[in-house]
Amino acid sequence: MIELIQQIIDGLGRGGIYALLALGIAVIFGVMHLINFAHGELITVSAYTSYWLFASGFNWWFIAPTVIVVAVLTAVIIEFVAFRWVRGAPDFTMLMTSFGVHFLVQALFVMYVSANFRQFPRPGWIFDTWRIGDLSLEVFDLAVIAATLVTLLGTYWLLQRTMFGVSLRAAAEDFDTARLMGIRSNRVIRGAFVLSGVLAGVAAIFWLMRSGQAGPTAGLNPMLKGVLAALIGGLGSLSGAVLGGITLGLVEVLLISRLPGGTAGLTDGIVFLLIALLFVFRPQGLITVRRVERV
Amino acid sequence: MLDIESLITRYGTITAVRDVALTVQAGEVVCLIGPNGAGKTTLLATIAGLLKPSAGRVTLDNKNVTGWAPDRMLRAGLALVPEHRRIFSDFTVRENLLVGGVTQPASRRQELLDEMVTLFPVLKERLSAQAGYLSGGEAQQLAIGRALMSDPAVLLMDEPSLGLAPVLVEQVFDLITRLRISGRTLFVVEQNAQRMLAVADRAYVMRSGEIVADGPAAQLAAREDLFETYLGQSGGNA
Repeated sequence: MIELIQQIIDGLGRGGIYALLALGIAVIFGVMHLINFAHGELITVSAYTSYWLFASGFNWWFIAPTVIVVAVLTAVIIEFVAFRWVRGAPDFTMLMTSFGVHFLVQALFVMYVSANFRQFPRPGWIFDTWRIGDLSLEVFDLAVIAATLVTLLGTYWLLQRTMFGVSLRAAAEDFDTARLMGIRSNRVIRGAFVLSGVLAGVAAIFWLMRSGQAGPTAGLNPMLKGVLAALIGGLGSLSGAVLGGITLGLVEVLLISRLPGGTAGLTDGIVFLLIALLFVFRPQGLITVRRVERV
Repeated sequence: MLDIESLITRYGTITAVRDVALTVQAGEVVCLIGPNGAGKTTLLATIAGLLKPSAGRVTLDNKNVTGWAPDRMLRAGLALVPEHRRIFSDFTVRENLLVGGVTQPASRRQELLDEMVTLFPVLKERLSAQAGYLSGGEAQQLAIGRALMSDPAVLLMDEPSLGLAPVLVEQVFDLITRLRISGRTLFVVEQNAQRMLAVADRAYVMRSGEIVADGPAAQLAAREDLFETYLGQSGGNA
């Protein structure tokens, strides 16, 4: 029982990061119908930023907020340089563009920095544990869960209570009608990229605290987890993306702890198998985006 | 108020709107009638900026607004109630209205919201309801209210009575009459020709992308030949 509780908290810590990544991907998909395979590049750029800032003598208290700013700027630049030009193009064209951005950014780091991963120090407290009775909790997991909660609540407030949020949701539901209401395409899409940048930035802080390294492919794994989580939740559903992320984190942790020794490496394979099964029975993902209309 | 000259809209090789010219004066209710596939919806979409015209000129309030994007047209004072209403079904009724007023300052938006619930009492009771669950008639009122939230100088409506039960169709025409009395400038596309002509000042008849007749609504309503030749119906009541 104690063990299970620990695993669930561990899973929530993992899943929280996935949820933030997935939500960023879902927000972009909502307004543009783009599955953004370049989302991981926000993490890659954040990773190098962390590395360089460490090398220049800064600590995590300065680096963490800077990472968010850098992730937002990167998201806005990618939108401006790449996605703006294929807006309204067939979904497949946009998908290819996002692959293009993904490989281009990767190649730029290989060419102008290095193909090798570079290490930077992880904060000391991430290995600390708190003991409550028999329960030993990783401080890091609790920090991730708290930060995820705050970020998700902030995002919820933004989407539900501000005119920007209402505009974003309107554009996601019916882009043409939103434009007829006076919503500016450029502004709402840029806003979506800013939001996805903030979410990726928060996720990047914790991802990098744990990995402690920067490399051209640093964003690949987080991007894959984010896309997977968004798919599990049902692309286009924001609450689904969050649920998908949490589910993915929990399933991973529960699998890793249950697989017999030496087979933990199969976790990802089994997760994909489970996802394939999910799509056999629920092709729309966990959350169905309902469109009700009566005449 | 609204002037269209020599407007042409093409989809690839198909010309859906051919050399259309029309005028809507301030305070007028003008309607556009014609059979299915005549290009009426394409014409409205072009005027509202959803489609780019291949040629021609759109003038709003003496300003050349040809080819402007929809959000810019809205700020210039032209709103469109789209075909099939296109309500944001995941939103509450209140949120739908707020989106309509997105270009207004916050205080003015609240004033307009109050005006809309006065104009459409049925929406008042359902402000917090999810819009997707409204009946067709309620949804149509919401669509019109949402467009009016931008306080437009000219309101375009595409088939407001489409898909509604007869009693609700009556409500829509009552509403058009009320809007007319309150001095709104309306340009309405309708298939329900006879009923629409009864509430309009002037009318244009469109067929195969062209305007084939126009004049005071009462005069056109009296022309049996028009209904038989162009609208494919006698008496005009579909």
